[in-house]
Amino acid sequence: MNKTWNNKAWFLVLPVLLLVAFSAIIPLMTVVNYSVQDTFGNNQFFWAGTDWFSDVLHSDRFWDALVRNLIFSFVILAIEIPLGIFIALNMPKTGIGVPVCLVLMALPLLIPWNVVGTIWQVFGRVDIGLLGHYLRILGIDYNYTQDPVDAWVTVIVMDVWHWTSLVVLLCYAGLVSIPDAYYQAAKIDGASRWSVFRYIQLPKMKRVLLIAVLLRFMDSFMIYTEPFVVTGGGPGNSTTFLSIDLVKMAVGQFDLGPAAAMSIIYFLIILLLSWVFYTVMTSQDAKS
Amino acid sequence: MSTSNVKRSWSWIVATLYILFLILPIYWLINMSFKSNSEILGNFSLWPQSPTLRNYMVIFTDPSWYNGYINSIIYVVMNTVISVTVALPAAYAFSRYRFLGDKHLFFWLLTNRMAPPAVFALPFFQLYSAFGLIDTHIAVAIAHCLFNVPLAVWILEGFMSGVPKEIDETAYIDGYSFPRFFVKIFMPLIASGIGVAAFFCFMFSWVELLIARTLTTTDAKPIAATMTRTVSASGMDWGVLAAAGVLTIIPGALVIYFVRNYIAKGFALGRV
Repeated sequence: MNKTWNNKAWFLVLPVLLLVAFSAIIPLMTVVNYSVQDTFGNNQFFWAGTDWFSDVLHSDRFWDALVRNLIFSFVILAIEIPLGIFIALNMPKTGIGVPVCLVLMALPLLIPWNVVGTIWQVFGRVDIGLLGHYLRILGIDYNYTQDPVDAWVTVIVMDVWHWTSLVVLLCYAGLVSIPDAYYQAAKIDGASRWSVFRYIQLPKMKRVLLIAVLLRFMDSFMIYTEPFVVTGGGPGNSTTFLSIDLVKMAVGQFDLGPAAAMSIIYFLIILLLSWVFYTVMTSQDAKS
Repeated sequence: MSTSNVKRSWSWIVATLYILFLILPIYWLINMSFKSNSEILGNFSLWPQSPTLRNYMVIFTDPSWYNGYINSIIYVVMNTVISVTVALPAAYAFSRYRFLGDKHLFFWLLTNRMAPPAVFALPFFQLYSAFGLIDTHIAVAIAHCLFNVPLAVWILEGFMSGVPKEIDETAYIDGYSFPRFFVKIFMPLIASGIGVAAFFCFMFSWVELLIARTLTTTDAKPIAATMTRTVSASGMDWGVLAAAGVLTIIPGALVIYFVRNYIAKGFALGRV
């Protein structure tokens, strides 16, 4: 769309600017403030320069949480994206099945995140949970509160349960936009199922897939509530992701300096990822 | 698409299995919410042997439980109204005009949607303490604007860009002022977009735990925070916890049918 240049549009944006600035910029300035100062209580602060930053960047704790979070994000992407595409390809295209599938599949997306945690906490328990109980009967020694591997599996399966539907719905939205003529042409050419997918469906899904990958990566990168409810970051620190670690440090131990420095580093990573997202979105918008 | 009967039945199996996987954990929660604690812990059964409404009665009669729902609903509704109201004109500006710094501003909004709440929990606590707003509904409502206003702006911008600009121009030629045009003509045209934006603001404020929990202690404590403390002297009250969980799913489940075609669009910030 051709947009006209009009600086008066600023007046329309002003309320948003003020509101979000109050919620975003003031708190961020506080964080920046803490990240370069040290205190011995009594509200007396001393300039600490970049000490906290080098502390955080040299601490195993930060790198461990970051690596755990990256592994988690890549594992759930590797599962959710192909699974989502596969399910979207097999969804009904017409009839009563469409609304039924859409409604039932969207259900997990709309459940409060702490309840998602509660659901899986209960579901996986060996004494009262359906999953835990039957795994025990099958002779699998499963206990997510004791065993780090089981805790990881539980958190990953929970995330797959929670968010795969988003990938499905996005891919489905891309698939239904393909005109029927494309399939008929492919049929006349005698195209195989694979080449229909590779040369018709996949290119049409490219845009929504990009959105899906970026959204899933960013949201899994700041995951907090669900693993917090299920495992509380444990056993040990095995499921302590970046956000959980940060809250532990800031609210639990009240280590303001390191927590603020870590916040800034965390925020810069997010900023970089947002920029990738924005560039991709606007270049796609321009094309369409 | 050309699919043989064999293939079609096979594709039904995929969707069915997936939905079964989604429904089972939810079923288990509902199942538990109708059991007494002794039945939950004592004998393992796939459906309630002696169904009881006791867990729901506890929630509807104990103020510390039902106030959690009331508190959540108050700040969620406040947040939704604020977010959509301020986002409407802004989204219009982004979809129709170019102005100084528009792209930077649009990008900056996005970074706030993507920002981890964990980064903001502590500074928010100090900021709202300074204003004496801790444990009030408005504090949570404004704090949630951090991610909901950008979300609403992006979603609404996506919907508004689908409305041809000629409509605006015709209305201006017909002598409509901007506010009158916006309310009388433009808003009805993007009614579904406003509904979707409101729904997603409601949802994301409803599901958020970290900030809501940090900013409240008793008077405005949300249900999500109440749920994290169900440990009593006699151990965990699983039945009540399950019932509370089931009740939090209901708002989403009620409206899901109406937004079914827009769920992908809403989650993708209006970009599908």
